Amino acid sequence: MTARATAGARRHRLRPARILLYVMVTLLAFAWLVPIVGAIIASFRPYAETIRAGAFSWPHTLTLDNYRNAWSQGDIPHKYLNTAVILFPALVFTLFFSSMVAFVTSRYSWRFNVLLLSLFTAGNLLPQQIIIQPLFQFYNRVPLPEFLSNSGKLNGSVWGLILIHVAFQSGFCTFVLSNYMKLLPKSLNDAARIDGAGVWKQYWQIILPLTLPALAALATLEFTWIYNDFFWAVVLEQQGADRPITSSLANLGGQFFTDDNLIAAASMFVALPTLIVYLALQRYFIAGLTIGAEKG
Amino acid sequence: MATAADIGTPTTQAQSQLKSLTGAKAGRLQQFEGHDRWVVLAMLGIPTFLHVALVWIPTVASILLSFTDWKGIRISDIQWVGLRNYEQIFTVFQKSFFQALINNSVLLVFLFIGPTTLGILLAYLLDRDIRGTRFYQGIFFTPVVLSLAVVGFIWKSVIYSTDSGLATQLFGGGHSIDWLGNQSFVIPIGDRFGVSANFLAILVAIAWRHTGYIMVLYLAGLKSVDSSLREAAMLDGSTEWQTFRHVVFPSLKPINVVIVVITVIEALRAFDIIYVLKTPRKTEVLSILTTNNLLGEGGGNVGRGSAYATILFILCFGFVIWYVTNHFRNTQEGADS
Repeated sequence: MTARATAGARRHRLRPARILLYVMVTLLAFAWLVPIVGAIIASFRPYAETIRAGAFSWPHTLTLDNYRNAWSQGDIPHKYLNTAVILFPALVFTLFFSSMVAFVTSRYSWRFNVLLLSLFTAGNLLPQQIIIQPLFQFYNRVPLPEFLSNSGKLNGSVWGLILIHVAFQSGFCTFVLSNYMKLLPKSLNDAARIDGAGVWKQYWQIILPLTLPALAALATLEFTWIYNDFFWAVVLEQQGADRPITSSLANLGGQFFTDDNLIAAASMFVALPTLIVYLALQRYFIAGLTIGAEKG
Repeated sequence: MATAADIGTPTTQAQSQLKSLTGAKAGRLQQFEGHDRWVVLAMLGIPTFLHVALVWIPTVASILLSFTDWKGIRISDIQWVGLRNYEQIFTVFQKSFFQALINNSVLLVFLFIGPTTLGILLAYLLDRDIRGTRFYQGIFFTPVVLSLAVVGFIWKSVIYSTDSGLATQLFGGGHSIDWLGNQSFVIPIGDRFGVSANFLAILVAIAWRHTGYIMVLYLAGLKSVDSSLREAAMLDGSTEWQTFRHVVFPSLKPINVVIVVITVIEALRAFDIIYVLKTPRKTEVLSILTTNNLLGEGGGNVGRGSAYATILFILCFGFVIWYVTNHFRNTQEGADS
């Protein structure tokens, strides 16, 4: 109450400074919107008009042609499907696996707990390019039956991408979830144990339901991260047609999309799912980032 | 604070109860009985196996392969060549290697003095009861949800388009500007290296995304600062800067550590935006050199690619170890007190 009152008093005293602050932040926010708003406008304009008047001009003609062309030339629906087939299994298994490790290491005393958590945390921080050469060679040597992989190998199959996403992302998720689970009262386990509940029951029926807020936050964040993956898919799925949507940008550029407005429309197709998830689930998104950081 | 590291130092009532239940077996797998032992082994074993097999074993393999010559065809062709790959990188491939090293370093320094500082400043400003603060936060954070590959595409088509881009219109005075193709050095380093104009253009696009990321992390940190401390310092006549410098900033050490690590790792990881723009000349970074030895024209050079990867590993591993030990030491101290 008093804090608010003094803050109010100061606000009066610092009036000009405060106006300056508003002006600065507003100008900066405008600048920040320019690329996205620019891309949205460009994507609805005929390229000829942009060429004539420049991107920084009032749009006179609005058209869906760029979207129509990007959709068919870039084979966007197929690319969305490729993404979904990888994204959802990867997301579920990442959360499932990391919640199991987080549960055991945070709810029981075991001498290798810290070592195990360090391993996961450190693994997640490595740049992906460090492991790509051996990983690629390994994937190339694991045969898969025809009905599981067009290439007949782990390399170039959705399975290879799902596996590396789960392996890599479980580092971050284990770290966050173990931090979260540690804060749940220890007595929960003991009470359950005295009631005769086994380890699995304690995990699945007692701790996991209490971890749902953290899981929801992580799911939102991991959705975006796995969706946004470019590197793994560029290297481990070299068939352009089978690539998920984000990584397909690597070959869409020169091949199909020659004009800037078409590129802008294609970019909007790629950006749209993450923007929707962000706008709908903003709270979870930011919670996911911050439980990771606060405890770190 | 109850944390992972307090395991083994039972202090709370619940834990002593646990100890009496499990006796001397605490800390060992024998604390679990029969069926449960297998359940625990599977719960830890499967995820750990996957993580180690696909992340840590390839890391070690990269280091080992960096001392070999191998085209990636038959395993039996692998030839031990000692330090030859490194020698070549420092001599024959000096030009691209040093340019990449310079670019990674410039990116790192730039991320700290540009977007990281701006992100912290924005967080500090938006943390007050400013009107519409959620709205502003939303705007600055939006680019963070986009992949850097998409960021590259958006900037290429809207801002840096040679003839009709926004930047061209603003600065070109009616002429076209080849923003992403201009490889002349803006800041020369020696007579063969430097920071090229097109790399600077890419840096600006990266900053657009990085600033919001840092802002959100810092906002979370600021919420945990006791506001009465800040009020007290202000009432004592400290200026805004003094309050931040001596009260707020030091109390945010954990978040500062996170930001340092994230920024270093991001600077070393940078790949997507450069690759999606077809790696304009003079914009190569270490991650691109590693990958070019796999996908590029001279691809399939596992030995040299791994040597680049190992250099990347050496550069980042110190920070990773620092972060992990720092984190787990802090939680240990928390448990002991």
